[in-house]
Amino acid sequence: MTRLRPSSAAFAKAVAVIFLACILTAPTAFALNPGEALDDAVLEKRARALSLELRCLVCQNQSIDDSDAPLAQDLRALVRARLQAGDTDDEIRAAIVARYGEFVLFRPVFAWHTAPLWLTPLLLMLFGLWLALRKVLTRQPDTPPPPESPPEAPPET
Amino acid sequence: MIVELGHFALLLALCVACVQGASVLLCRGLDEAEMSARRLATRAAHLQMALLLLAFLALAYAFYVSDFSVALVHANSHLAKPTIYKLAGVWGNHEGSMLLWVLMLAAYGAAFARFSHRLPDGFVGRSLMVQGWLGMAFLAFLIFTSNPFLRLDPAPFEGRGLTPILQDPALAAHPPLLYGGYVGFSLCFAFAIAALMQREVGRDWAQWVRPWILLAWISLTLGIALGSFWAYYELGWGGFWFWDPVENASLMPWLSGTALLHSALVMEKRRALVRWTLLLAILTFALSLSGTFLVRSGVLTSVHAFANDPARGVFILAILALFTGGGLALYAHRLPGLAAERGFVPVSREGFLLLNNVFLATATVTVFLGTIYPLVLDALALGKISVGAPYFNAVFAPLTLPFLLLMPLAPLMGWRQAMFMDGLQKLGAAALAALLVTGGFLLLRGDAPILPLLLLAASLWLVFGALTDLGVKLRPWMAGRMGARAWPSAGLFAAPLAHAGLGVMLVGVIAASVWRVEKVVAAAPGTRVDIAGYSLRYDGVRDLEGPNYRAETARLVYLNGSMAGAQLFPERRFYQAERGQTTEAAITKNLAGHLYAVIGEPVDDKRVLRIWYHPLVALIWLGGVLMALGGSFALRARIGKQCGAA
Repeated sequence: MTRLRPSSAAFAKAVAVIFLACILTAPTAFALNPGEALDDAVLEKRARALSLELRCLVCQNQSIDDSDAPLAQDLRALVRARLQAGDTDDEIRAAIVARYGEFVLFRPVFAWHTAPLWLTPLLLMLFGLWLALRKVLTRQPDTPPPPESPPEAPPET
Repeated sequence: MIVELGHFALLLALCVACVQGASVLLCRGLDEAEMSARRLATRAAHLQMALLLLAFLALAYAFYVSDFSVALVHANSHLAKPTIYKLAGVWGNHEGSMLLWVLMLAAYGAAFARFSHRLPDGFVGRSLMVQGWLGMAFLAFLIFTSNPFLRLDPAPFEGRGLTPILQDPALAAHPPLLYGGYVGFSLCFAFAIAALMQREVGRDWAQWVRPWILLAWISLTLGIALGSFWAYYELGWGGFWFWDPVENASLMPWLSGTALLHSALVMEKRRALVRWTLLLAILTFALSLSGTFLVRSGVLTSVHAFANDPARGVFILAILALFTGGGLALYAHRLPGLAAERGFVPVSREGFLLLNNVFLATATVTVFLGTIYPLVLDALALGKISVGAPYFNAVFAPLTLPFLLLMPLAPLMGWRQAMFMDGLQKLGAAALAALLVTGGFLLLRGDAPILPLLLLAASLWLVFGALTDLGVKLRPWMAGRMGARAWPSAGLFAAPLAHAGLGVMLVGVIAASVWRVEKVVAAAPGTRVDIAGYSLRYDGVRDLEGPNYRAETARLVYLNGSMAGAQLFPERRFYQAERGQTTEAAITKNLAGHLYAVIGEPVDDKRVLRIWYHPLVALIWLGGVLMALGGSFALRARIGKQCGAA
């Protein structure tokens, strides 16, 4: 799919559709233009990897690698120019964040305000494993209330 | 007139839903109150479904004849549109899709009423009552904030058309399948609430709920797979999953529904994990609802965030808070009164299923967190951040690996108590095969980072492990020891197929992500392009006239190999009525890989050509279909069992 040019509120409504359509993702995913890629394969590989982690700010939820917006194109050129100048990935990221803010990073940095985001999955899994382990270690004998008998009626509340 | 009939039927359906929701109350004090309530609710459920079907057909009729005096038809249809898309337009918009939602809700209610004759009165009556409440809430939402039957006066002569990207067969089928999943989990919710209200989770609760979980799960699996396939061929470069918030909204109920599927199995076979299963039943539906809220309210930064109507968002939030909050409060309140559970030993089928639930719960929370974290941070004024695909990939890859490694073992473990080494020994051949095939990939396709390779090997081990499991299960039949029973039961195929499906899908995901080849050139007619061992000649572009669009079509001809002479016709379409544009990729599909060609803008007298080779990408959706097929076998076995017992 491609650039939809919303011309009226009603059009936006038409775009509405679904929550179904789940996957509408973003308009036009068009990667590079001819001639953009660097000749140096190693640098180009780094450029692509970096581009995938940088958000195109004028598109919806697209990386600059996927977007054909002029801003994305400029950023791709910037990334490649700095790579050729010998900058490290971190330096390039820092430069772009300095200009556009953290919002530009699709992979958030690890810091105080993002620690819950990064640590929760791990902690949650450990917690789940601990719960599971506790369940099997403190198991009751295998013949608890016979399944046929209905449970005791709880006290009326 | 027909539209007014539909409108009237819709209003009447709300009244009937109110009766259904009040059935238990209305019948209180009667002789045989429970049986009366059940009868009342059953009739109401059937009537509600009939009325909503009528309303839906009336709306479909308005779309079919392009009655532009109906505001919704005017906003979403066009005379020049092919009939199939006029009809798909019924649910290709907010109001119509909500009508489909309530229709399916009523259909699930009616189907349950129809197929539950052997279940106890009190339980059926209460479950249908809860369904009635849901019907009331969503019908009120539909009628008061998003009525599809509003008229325009004077009637316009022409409609505004349906967004071009939605004029596609896959997207016509995508919403009904997805809703079939979301809405299907409403029954699990209703069952859990009914059981909690009765203060008793009957022995057979898990047995009653499992067919409905399976049905919803199959539908959701197919819906997500179809949506992913559509994104792949329509969005222009072959991406199949973007971790877009709205995709995540469908993934969360899927993950938690999958957990529910497995925990209900433990509950049925071993009468353990009862409380956890009830909680999952409530949460899975809550996730379906919050998916609706997230998408409908416009709080997400996503192209899907179209329904930026705060009134709707607030209404849905209220529904979500009411049902989730109410359900969880009831759960917390009644929990202490529930019967004691059986414990179990770690190395057993149920022990492995518990691990499955730990993983799926973690995965669900991770997706949830990644989706709402930026919103929360922003709301607390702690900064604006983005959470995108790189985050999810970075977190999911290491999280998934250990569970993938354990997964093939689970079906080989017996219930109650099993020997770990016994299971492992059976899988020796599978492990060897997985390593060999991974090595083969490395030789054929070249080097790759270590984590994807480990995941690839684990996914292959899952596929071969599932085959081993199937072999073990089928051995008695192969050896002819089962005598008269000529055919193994359908249930034997369920887990192996579904598990192999997941493995196959992951192999596709990894191969297509790691070994994708891309070529972007500006080509003049006659230019030759080489990619992934294929040579193609570009023959230029010509104009075409479609039913409701103009197109420019390029021709690419294969020059070598078994494909020599075959042609590809990538298109760009311009829809006049909608003033939109789509890119139609031309794809040569075979199992080994897809060659995917797209044309871009003209550059001087040349044309931008983008060609990709996506190795094994078809396995992604094949895996999805296999999973759904596995679910269908389980459902078949379950229905067969119930008929047999009757």
